[in-house]
Amino acid sequence: MHLATNGRSQSRLVGAILLAALIGFAFVGTQFHLDLANQTFLAVIGSLSLMLLTGYAGQISLAHGGLLAAGAFTVGILYREINAPFWVTLPASALVGALLGIIFGFPSLRLRGVYLAVSTLALHFIVIYLGSEYETSAGYSSGVVIDPPSVLGYTIQAARTWYFILLSAATLSLWISYNLLRSKTGRAWRAIRANETVAEALGIEVSRYKLLAFVITSSMTAVAGALFGYYQGFVGSEAFSIFLAIQYAAMIIIGGMGSLTGAVLGAVFVTLLPYLIEYLLFLLPGAEDAANTLFAANYAAFGVVMIVFLIFEPGGLVNLCHRIVERFRSRNRVASDSQVAAT
Amino acid sequence: MAQLAVNVVVLGAIYALVGAGYVIVYRVSRVLNLAHGELMMLGGYLLLTTATYLTLGLVGAVLFAAFLSIIVGVLVYGLLMRWMTGQAVLAAVLITIALGIFLRGFAVLAWSAQTQYPGKLLAVANAPIRISEGAVISTVSLVILLTSIVTYSALFAFLRFGRWGIRMRACGQNPLLAAQSGINLHVIYALAWAISTFTGSVAGILVSVETGISNVMALVGLKAFPGALVGGLDSLIGAVFGSLIVALAEVAAIQYVNPLLSDVMPFVILVVMLVIRPWGFFGTREELDRV
Repeated sequence: MHLATNGRSQSRLVGAILLAALIGFAFVGTQFHLDLANQTFLAVIGSLSLMLLTGYAGQISLAHGGLLAAGAFTVGILYREINAPFWVTLPASALVGALLGIIFGFPSLRLRGVYLAVSTLALHFIVIYLGSEYETSAGYSSGVVIDPPSVLGYTIQAARTWYFILLSAATLSLWISYNLLRSKTGRAWRAIRANETVAEALGIEVSRYKLLAFVITSSMTAVAGALFGYYQGFVGSEAFSIFLAIQYAAMIIIGGMGSLTGAVLGAVFVTLLPYLIEYLLFLLPGAEDAANTLFAANYAAFGVVMIVFLIFEPGGLVNLCHRIVERFRSRNRVASDSQVAAT
Repeated sequence: MAQLAVNVVVLGAIYALVGAGYVIVYRVSRVLNLAHGELMMLGGYLLLTTATYLTLGLVGAVLFAAFLSIIVGVLVYGLLMRWMTGQAVLAAVLITIALGIFLRGFAVLAWSAQTQYPGKLLAVANAPIRISEGAVISTVSLVILLTSIVTYSALFAFLRFGRWGIRMRACGQNPLLAAQSGINLHVIYALAWAISTFTGSVAGILVSVETGISNVMALVGLKAFPGALVGGLDSLIGAVFGSLIVALAEVAAIQYVNPLLSDVMPFVILVVMLVIRPWGFFGTREELDRV
C-alpha cells in the first residue's frame, strides 16, 4: 500500500535512473553494444506505435513492415531523386505514413478482426511491391544507398551520435504515446477497443477515431522507417519482409497487450533474441554449419517463443513481472505476519 | 489464347485446392489459418522425405505423405489451436502466424533452403499432353486439376450428407448449441484441421512434384487465400469461383502488364474485394459481424 500511494514519484525516480543509465551506457558500451541499442531504440518506436493501434485502439494490423518500408523508401527516393536533406525527408515520410494510414485505416471502418488483419496484410504486399518496382525501374536492383545526413556541416555517422539521436527519438515517442493515451483521443480508443457499439452510443465518433489511430501510428512508424533507412545507410525491399511485421506483432504480445512498458520490453526482447540465439548456437558443436541456417533457427525460435507466450502468458512480460513481484510481496507479507504472530 | 486459358484453369485449380483448407477451418471454427501456406509446404517436404527414405513407388509415396499430413493436422489442433478455443480472434490468428514462422524455420533446418525435386526422385515423367491447337497441359497439372475436382465433390457430399459433415456444419453455425446437443467440439475441430491440412498438403505434394519444393511454396499457399476470401470465406463453391478469378487476374497481369506483379495481384484483388463486398461473392453477410 505504501508503494501504491507513492507510485507516481517512484516511477519518476525509476525513469530518471534509467535515463541516466542509458546516457552513461553511451560512454562505456562498445561499438557492437551501441549498434544493438540503436536497433532496439528503432524497434521501440515501431513497437509503441503498434501498441497504440492494436493494444489500445484494438485495430489489428499486419502492415507494420510495409509502413516501415514506406518511410525508408520515402527517404531513399527523395534523397536519390532530388537530393533532399533530412529535414525535408523526415516530415515527408511522416506525411506519406499519414496518407498510408488513411488508406490502411479505410477498411477498418467496415471490417473487424480477421478481415481487418488480412486487409492490412494485403496492403503490406502492395507497398513492398511498389518499393521493389522503384528499385528495379530506377536501376538500384540491390537497394538504394543513402549517405549519412549532416547537420551544420557535421555528418551524423558515429554509432554514439546515432545512439543519442535514437534515444531521444524513442523517449519522445514514449512521451507522445503516454500523453496521447491520457487525452480525449486515448480515452476514445480504449472505449472503441472495449466495445464499439457502446462507444458509439456514448457519442464517440468511432470512424473518426479509428482513422485517427491509423494515421497517427502509421506516421510514427514511417518516421521510424525513415530513421532506419538513414541509420542503415541503405534501403532495400528485401529487408521489409512479412517476417518484420510478425516481429512487431511478437513485440506487443511478448511485452504485454495494452501496456506501453510492455511495448518497450517487447521491443528489447525481440531485438536481442536473435543475438541470444546466435550466441547459444555457437556454443553447440558444429557451429560452422549453423551459420548458414542462422536465419532459419531464428524463425523457428521466434515461432516457439510467440506460441509459448500466447498460450502460457497472454499478458506478456509485463504480467510476468507483476506476478513475480506479487509472489515475493505475498511471501514477505506471510513472513512478517508470522513474525508478528511469534512476538 | 488457348494456352492462357489452360494456365488460368491449372493455377485456379491449385488455388482452389489450397483454398479449401482455409474455408473448412474458418467455416467450422472461425479461425483464419495463416499457417496454411506453410502446412502446404510441409506436405511437399513430407513427400520428399518419404521419397528419399522409403521405396513405395510414386502412388505409394504420395498416399503415405498425404496420410502423414492428416496426423500433422490433428497435432496442430491438439497441441496448439485447442488452447485458443474461445479466445480472442487476434490470439488465434497470431498463433497460426507463429506456427507459420516456426515451420518456415524448421523446414530450412530439416531440409535445407535449396529447391529440391521429389518428382525426380520418384522418376515422374510429367509429359506434356496436347489438348488443342497450341495448348498443352503437363500430366501433373492434369492430375492437380482432377484432384481438385474430386476433392471438392467429396467435400460437398461429406458436408451435405455425411453424419460428421453435418456435425461440422452445426459447430460452425452455433458451437454452443452443437455442444449442448452432445457433439464433441474438440473432435470436430480436430477433424476440420485434419481435413484442411490434408487438402492443403495434397496440393503441396502435387505442386512439389511439378515444380520442386522450397521455402517459396509457403507464399503460393498464402496467395491462395485471396481466392477463398473473394468467393466468401465460409463458402466452398465460392472458393472455386474466387480462385479462378484470382488465377485469371494473375495470369493476365503476368502476360500483359508486368511479371513482377504475379506475387501482388492476388492481394490487390483481395483489397478491392474487401472494400466493395467484404463477405465475398457467395459468403453470408452476417459473417462480418460474427468475428
